[in-house]
Amino acid sequence: MNVPEQPPQPLIIAGKSYRSRLLVGTGKYRDFAETRAAIDASGAEIITVAIRRVNIGQNANEPNLLDALPPSQFTILPNTAGCYNAKDAVRTLRLARELLDGHSLVKLEVLADDATLFPDMPETLTAAKELVADGFQVMVYCTDDPIQAKALEEIGCVAVMPLASLIGSGMGILNPWNLEIILDRAKVPVLVDAGIGTASDAAIAMELGCDGVLMNTAIAKAKNPVLMASAMKKAVEAGREAFLAGRMPKKIYQGSPSSPTEGRIS
Amino acid sequence: MLQLQINGEARELPSDSSVEQLVAALQLENKRFAIELNGEIVPRSRHAATRLNNGDKLEVVVAVGGG
Repeated sequence: MNVPEQPPQPLIIAGKSYRSRLLVGTGKYRDFAETRAAIDASGAEIITVAIRRVNIGQNANEPNLLDALPPSQFTILPNTAGCYNAKDAVRTLRLARELLDGHSLVKLEVLADDATLFPDMPETLTAAKELVADGFQVMVYCTDDPIQAKALEEIGCVAVMPLASLIGSGMGILNPWNLEIILDRAKVPVLVDAGIGTASDAAIAMELGCDGVLMNTAIAKAKNPVLMASAMKKAVEAGREAFLAGRMPKKIYQGSPSSPTEGRIS
Repeated sequence: MLQLQINGEARELPSDSSVEQLVAALQLENKRFAIELNGEIVPRSRHAATRLNNGDKLEVVVAVGGG
């Protein structure tokens, strides 16, 4: 039987369409070959990178991340990982824009402390205002607080990206109810960023109605990263289809037989 | 000689060097990087014309793996 055709529903961020709703990071892999293989298996079109000082003494022929993952093939999303205030985050993304020939789509994250990596929302809001005013298209990592998410949208961020749980924790979605409030109110794409541990976590995020999922460690630190990347691709697609299909109502107190109640032998 | 601070490390370059000459000294030609001179980005188009001065602080960054 053919699956009834869904109207094409690409993920649209800042006016650009993407087929894949899975966004992936490029950190924590063994080498660039593994990074590339996992990203290819994930089907991701948007990939995050960090901005760091070049190793001055390095061999001039040392491979570069963007040689393995060229901007001609992927949408590169530079992040502000490791920034603990608005000033450092804005400075980092201005460097990224120069490095990427004027590319303005960025991931803003301003961290509050190095134990939890929880977002510092006052600094995040300050940085978001400055970046939007400077012409950046800001996808923003934030707490799963609906009020803060709305404030970021009103500043002009092109996507809000609440955490599911702490960065790199693999604890999954701790507060689906908050995510549902954010989703109910948002007029920009909502992507879950951080905390995904395994495929079911990604599927749940998509079943809640999230527009996409961003992850890194869940793939890079799986025993088999390439296989997990493939699993995540399917989980995001399955979760999205389940969301569009509309799940059956839950019946808490009574079962309902799937087989006919008439015609049973006596 | 010019005494410079590049990514927090001391480095010397001949007097009258430009940012372009620094890029050559670091073997970064034709690579993707960005340079900040005393806190201000030096666009690629300005590398040749931007002279370095004694005591300048530079940051030279690249994209690396990250989430």
